Amino acid sequence: MDSSTFIGFISIIMAGFTTGIGCMFPALAQGKAVASALASLAQQPDSSDVITRTLFVGLAMIESTAIYCFVLSMILIFANPFWNHFMEQIAK
Amino acid sequence: MKLSPDETIYWQYDFVVINATLVWTWVVMLLLVSVSVLVTRNLKTDLKISRWQCVLEMIVTSINQQIKEVGLQHPEKYIGFIGTLFLFIATANLLSIVPFYLAPTGSLSTTAALALSVLIAVPFFGIQQTGFGSYLKTYLKPTVFMLPLNIISEASRTLALAVRLFGNIMSGGVIISILLSITPFIFPIIMNALGMLTGIIQAYIFTILATVYISAAINNTNKSETIKVNNV
Repeated sequence: MDSSTFIGFISIIMAGFTTGIGCMFPALAQGKAVASALASLAQQPDSSDVITRTLFVGLAMIESTAIYCFVLSMILIFANPFWNHFMEQIAK
Repeated sequence: MKLSPDETIYWQYDFVVINATLVWTWVVMLLLVSVSVLVTRNLKTDLKISRWQCVLEMIVTSINQQIKEVGLQHPEKYIGFIGTLFLFIATANLLSIVPFYLAPTGSLSTTAALALSVLIAVPFFGIQQTGFGSYLKTYLKPTVFMLPLNIISEASRTLALAVRLFGNIMSGGVIISILLSITPFIFPIIMNALGMLTGIIQAYIFTILATVYISAAINNTNKSETIKVNNV
């Protein structure tokens, strides 16, 4: 296996793993956050404004970790710096 | 596949490049400015106001309300910055139903610029409210050893703001373009509707986070002063 195949092979596998693992845990965390927000909404419907706003901000914080992983795997697939470097080496 | 509107180039001469991000940012800006100029040209305080003035008043009042709820006491000072952020991001995301439109928020340069303006606005409002020295002292809290961590948190939250908005809008675009090649008829429309919902939520979150950061900078310094007064 020459190194161009190797770089592509590892990049694609790692892109899949990055999004896969990186979506799993934020999904669990978001489920937990929404569940407890719903429980507290049922207990105190009066303070729904504060709970909803805090929930949205918290969800955004949790979701950003998943987004980081997604951006990373997009970089690995579409704008891979090692692949580009290797292609430049070949072109020389 | 094009990841960001930066890669769509409309006109190029040597190093001067006019890409989709620039064009559509100016379109959004022109739209916002011309609508607000047209509406605010003849404002009335009568009982009967024009319907556009009513819409604008509702928007301004609800943004003021949201700012106040986060903990800033005089929202009039901050709505110029915070309200503009919200209106720009929301308009930029909502216009995605227009054909051939590419949301400028799907480019990392736009979101980085917005996040940098938040990074500058936080010390600006903090110093304006409490003075230079007492603002700098908030970096030394709770102890001097927290100084590097405070600086790191400032940098990382700016990065998070930029990448969060960019990632959400970009992922919506990527998913739509993948679906267009698999199921070209119904599903892209549903995903587009979902993208508009995410766009509004992301605009709200960006704005609320900017407000929370500003109010944290201001309220921290205020708290330290009251504690000092109590000690004396």
